Amino acid sequence: MSVKLGLLALLDEQPMYGYQLHTTFKERTGDTWPLNIGQIYTTLARLERDGLVEPAGDDGDGHAIYALTDSGRDELRRWFATPVARADRPRDELAIKLAVALTVSGVDVREVLQTQRTATLRDLQDLTRQKREVAPDDLAWLLALDSLIFQAEAEARWLDSCEERLLGSPAYRNGVAR
Amino acid sequence: MTLLELRQVTRVHGTGAAAVTALDGVTLTVAAGELVAVMGPSGSGKSTLLNLAGGLDQPTAGTVVVDGQALGELSSRRLAGLRRRSIGYVFQDLNLLPALTAAENVALPRELDGISARTAHGEAIAALERFGVADIADRFPDDLSGGQQQRVAIARAFIGPRRLLLADEPTGALDTTTGEAVLRLLREQCESGAGGVLVTHEARHAAWADRVVFLRDGRIVDESRASEATANGDPMLSGGRS
Ligand SMILES: Nc1ncnc2c1ncn2[C@@H]1O[C@H](COP(=O)(O)OP(=O)(O)OP(=O)(O)O)[C@@H](O)[C@H]1O
Ligand SMILES: [Mg+2]
Repeated sequence: MSVKLGLLALLDEQPMYGYQLHTTFKERTGDTWPLNIGQIYTTLARLERDGLVEPAGDDGDGHAIYALTDSGRDELRRWFATPVARADRPRDELAIKLAVALTVSGVDVREVLQTQRTATLRDLQDLTRQKREVAPDDLAWLLALDSLIFQAEAEARWLDSCEERLLGSPAYRNGVAR
Repeated sequence: MTLLELRQVTRVHGTGAAAVTALDGVTLTVAAGELVAVMGPSGSGKSTLLNLAGGLDQPTAGTVVVDGQALGELSSRRLAGLRRRSIGYVFQDLNLLPALTAAENVALPRELDGISARTAHGEAIAALERFGVADIADRFPDDLSGGQQQRVAIARAFIGPRRLLLADEPTGALDTTTGEAVLRLLREQCESGAGGVLVTHEARHAAWADRVVFLRDGRIVDESRASEATANGDPMLSGGRS
């Protein structure tokens, strides 16, 4: 997913200038997705080049306002209608690491799993603490945090299942290749 | 202040060739204000640990101290009193009395504490309300859904001035929102001075704790602590390795 589509979605509600977009973006996604003002301006420039947004005057104080074009609106609809591809997940690195660990002799795979599990739990604890402090009506931020929480949980469950398989395999004893 | 202390606690079930070491030299302390989660695969000793902490079982070796009192040194009467006054326990299989209504189940420990039935009933209704099940106060456990029974069992553990809360998979039958509400209340109770031990195999639930300890084959093999909050709020999170 790109910053680009996030900005298109915000401009669909009303035309805005750069700083305004930056503030609104932060309000909507909480601190889960840090973005600096420079990224906003470069993205706007690219969107304008691609004909997805267009200048719409200024606010009277010299701030250039941008509005969505028709093709920008089409792009946005397409985005909402298309599922997000589960590619390039950080977990892939982990899966590769475990697959390698299984084949290197003498490695305690159970230990590798536990090290990862502890790190994942710590991430989960930090995310949960953030969530405890979110105001209940701040739904956008809650959803964003939940997304990270459920992803981390999925990883923890996957690690559990790896350990079960490992212990059930006759080729390994206590997590080490026989 | 330390509310629970396990010192080198070992529990062996059975003898000779059939002996099973369910817990093996575990040392763990829980301070007032702290919530500790215990995770581990099935059979790793989680319920055994909790039973020993709650005085429901005795260690083969080692010492369990609750609220400053070594459980092994108490008479069974004093132990029962300490359990009633200081410890709220949510059992893995709930243990509700089928002949009592939900409200009566929750009020029972308070009545045993010697307060009036009326006051106990009032407290029970308030406790059921906190967990969103006041409307089923007059129904019997067998007529409740699994999630409702679970909330009644939790309300029973939370009633009165109990300072040590021990919960064995308390969120098993609850949906996401209700499970989260229970964990929120458990945390609040800890933040206002109680100590809690939460046994769970769900990482998402364990993450509500200040510390998570991992059991394997009766031993603590690792521990995870939330990172310290930074001066300007929480650490910025990217949601994993990147
Ligand atoms: N009364 C008993 N007699 C003999 N063995 C027992 C007894 N109670 C527990 N055990 C054994 O002690 C070990 C730890 O059991 P425990 O109930 O503490 O596991 P657990 O971590 O709570 O598992 P689960 O996640 O399945 O609830 C297991 O091997 C179990 O079979
Ligand atoms: Mg158990």
